Amino acid sequence: MTSSLMFNVTTFAYLISMLLFFAFLASRSKALGTAGMLAAYGGLLAQTVAIGLRWKESYDMGVGHAPLSNLYESVVFFSWTIVLIYALLDIKYKYRVIGAFVLPFAMLGMAWAQLGMNTGIEPLVPALQSNWLLYHVITCFLGYAAFAVACGISIMYLIKAACEAGGNSASGGMISMFPPIKVLDDLNYRAIMVGFPLLTLGIITGAAWANYAWGTYWSWDPKETWSLIVWFVYAAFLHARITKGWVGKRAAWLSIIGFAATIFCYLGVNLFLSGLHSYGGGGK
Amino acid sequence: MTSTDRDFVHSIWDFFCSLKLTMALLIGLAAISIIGTIIPQGALPPEYVQEISPAKLKIYKSLGFFDMYHSWWFILMLYLLTVNLVACSIKRLPHIWKTIKNPVTIFSSAQEKSLSGVVSFPHAGDAAAAKDKVAVFLKSEFAAPLVSESDGDWHFFAQKTPWCRLAVYCVHLSVIIIFIGAIIGSLFGYKGFVNIMEGESISSVMSRSNKQIDLGFSLRCDQFSVAHYANGAPKEFKSILTVLENGKPVPDYTNARVIVNDPLTYKGITFYQSSYGNAGNYFFTVSDLDGKNPVSVTVAGQDSVTLPDGSSMHVTESTKDVSEFAPGLSGPAAQVELHSANGKTESFIVYANHPELNIQHAQQHGVGPVIHYKGAQERMYTGLQVAKDPGVEIVWLGCLLMVLGIYAAFFMSHRRIWVRIQNGIVTIGGNASKNQAGFQLHLERLVSKLKTELSGEKKS
Ligand code: HEM
Repeated sequence: MTSSLMFNVTTFAYLISMLLFFAFLASRSKALGTAGMLAAYGGLLAQTVAIGLRWKESYDMGVGHAPLSNLYESVVFFSWTIVLIYALLDIKYKYRVIGAFVLPFAMLGMAWAQLGMNTGIEPLVPALQSNWLLYHVITCFLGYAAFAVACGISIMYLIKAACEAGGNSASGGMISMFPPIKVLDDLNYRAIMVGFPLLTLGIITGAAWANYAWGTYWSWDPKETWSLIVWFVYAAFLHARITKGWVGKRAAWLSIIGFAATIFCYLGVNLFLSGLHSYGGGGK
Repeated sequence: MTSTDRDFVHSIWDFFCSLKLTMALLIGLAAISIIGTIIPQGALPPEYVQEISPAKLKIYKSLGFFDMYHSWWFILMLYLLTVNLVACSIKRLPHIWKTIKNPVTIFSSAQEKSLSGVVSFPHAGDAAAAKDKVAVFLKSEFAAPLVSESDGDWHFFAQKTPWCRLAVYCVHLSVIIIFIGAIIGSLFGYKGFVNIMEGESISSVMSRSNKQIDLGFSLRCDQFSVAHYANGAPKEFKSILTVLENGKPVPDYTNARVIVNDPLTYKGITFYQSSYGNAGNYFFTVSDLDGKNPVSVTVAGQDSVTLPDGSSMHVTESTKDVSEFAPGLSGPAAQVELHSANGKTESFIVYANHPELNIQHAQQHGVGPVIHYKGAQERMYTGLQVAKDPGVEIVWLGCLLMVLGIYAAFFMSHRRIWVRIQNGIVTIGGNASKNQAGFQLHLERLVSKLKTELSGEKKS
């Protein structure tokens, strides 16, 4: 068994899970929803094994390091965290439909990584040889994943709100399976309540690492600045909830804008802007 | 003060207390921060200056776009955020403080109306026995209650983690502490850079603003080395450094190893491995094609030298042992770049142990000179980033407060329960500052348990 085989199994499982969730949406058959969730769990398990194997394989090659060092490894880790956060949400709240809006993020990530990127294990360049890499990447990506889940929930919120405003709440069989609008609003908030502290920790560990490695905890490098932009947007979201006139739809939009900024911070900065971070160079 | 004056002051105060301002500032800061990630900051690359029109350049410059995170309007927004925070806290804290310090301990009917899901049921036995039971129950199942008597009725108040209401203010305070740390760092610290030759020492560094800064001690570079992975990628850059006070090595700072991600700190000044180079000499013998007129040529570091035939040469890379790159060959080799007098440029490798290859190369090109490599006297220098930041501890303190504060603000809740015993009836209600629904479920379980205990039935 090799990690690359298991990563392919993972990608396939997420694809199946996503399709099952879509079928669940269309048919409203409970069994399909359960099957979609089981496929997602299976994929998560396969991916966990695969990441562990890749870690071990790097040691066998004599360049041992946690599999978090380049774009490929980070995208794989990102989709793992998304499914992990979804699984936790599913265990706690059991709103299965949310899978249809979250699994596509994980599936797209894995498909892009497996098909479009160099999957080779590379030795760590000196700049990344630090335990801070682990703390920094893990906290950031768990935060990003929570925001991905919040974004999926916000999209559901806006669809449901639009349908209810249009007065055709009965017509959409699909929509009737969505959790009530109040619940979606609350779940959005809860996901961000998980993501915001993690992002805060991610920014702080990044600053601590920068300070430790080159003596400045903050240098307004584009990646740093974008992480701060994301942080401002979600801070605005949190305050939106205690401000009259900003709840509901506007909060959902803030959550979506926040996730768009998150994705730009993660990928766009490297593809379009220059800076210190290493996940650059597209497929490389 | 006239009443219009007072209205004016009030409206200014309300403006600074308002959450609308907070939203505007947070979203505004997010939006304008984008500028500095698109437009280059600091020293402008020449290609950029060429691309952009002079008029645009002038406008951007006057708006401070090229150093926007230090521009007056960006700093102003940060100040406004701070004022907003402080004003909002001044306005709200007294009320929160009162909630914590002087809780409502009497379960009046007014208080009852402010809660949802209040439950009442009769108790068995006399009020004194019920009172003791309720007190013991609250203490063991929730928190030790405050018991008071009023008009012959018994009132109980119990609460958990009231202080977590202050967590939000802890987060807000932490933002200000981080600002203070950053300001201290920019006023009393500096960032600089220094190159040190192997075997030499320095006692001052050049700051980013091109000021010579005296360290107050000396730093010597004993050695610098680079290690590679098998595939040729760099693995480690290592400087061996010694701190000298009055020319004498400081015991714990002698032969200290500094690599990327592992700096050296002495007296609050930290040295980070950043770059390196070779300033040593390379030795060559240059002759005509037939081996006549040999001359010795020395190339210093990255300099270029002029050869007898008018061409010029510099060294781009060198190795002590060429066999890693070219199996079958051995000994030192150097890659040189030769600019002939007729304007041609070529790059090739010359060897110390394989003079025949050097001659062959020259012959293939028809003309001289023949260059033989004689080896190098390596002399590496290390490039160190230097930083002093006396505010950094304060920044970390702020970060710690922020993380703890956010955790408490999100995941802890101030929970309160009130109980009243009045005319044989027990009334119970409560609320929580977070996750009210979850607390309500918890309260329902407590109520049913209390009911069994007070109804006189013994659980078997
Ligand atoms: C970068 C700046 C800021 C950060 C990181 C921040 C962070 C937070 C956080 C994490 C919460 C808790 C939210 C929740 O429980 O959902 C909060 C609440 C709050 N913030 Fe801020 N905040 C900032 C700026 C401000 C400013 C400028 C104001 C000024 C008006 C403000 C006023 C409030 C208020 C009134 C609350 C609610 C307090 C309560 O629930 O009793 N915040 N803030």
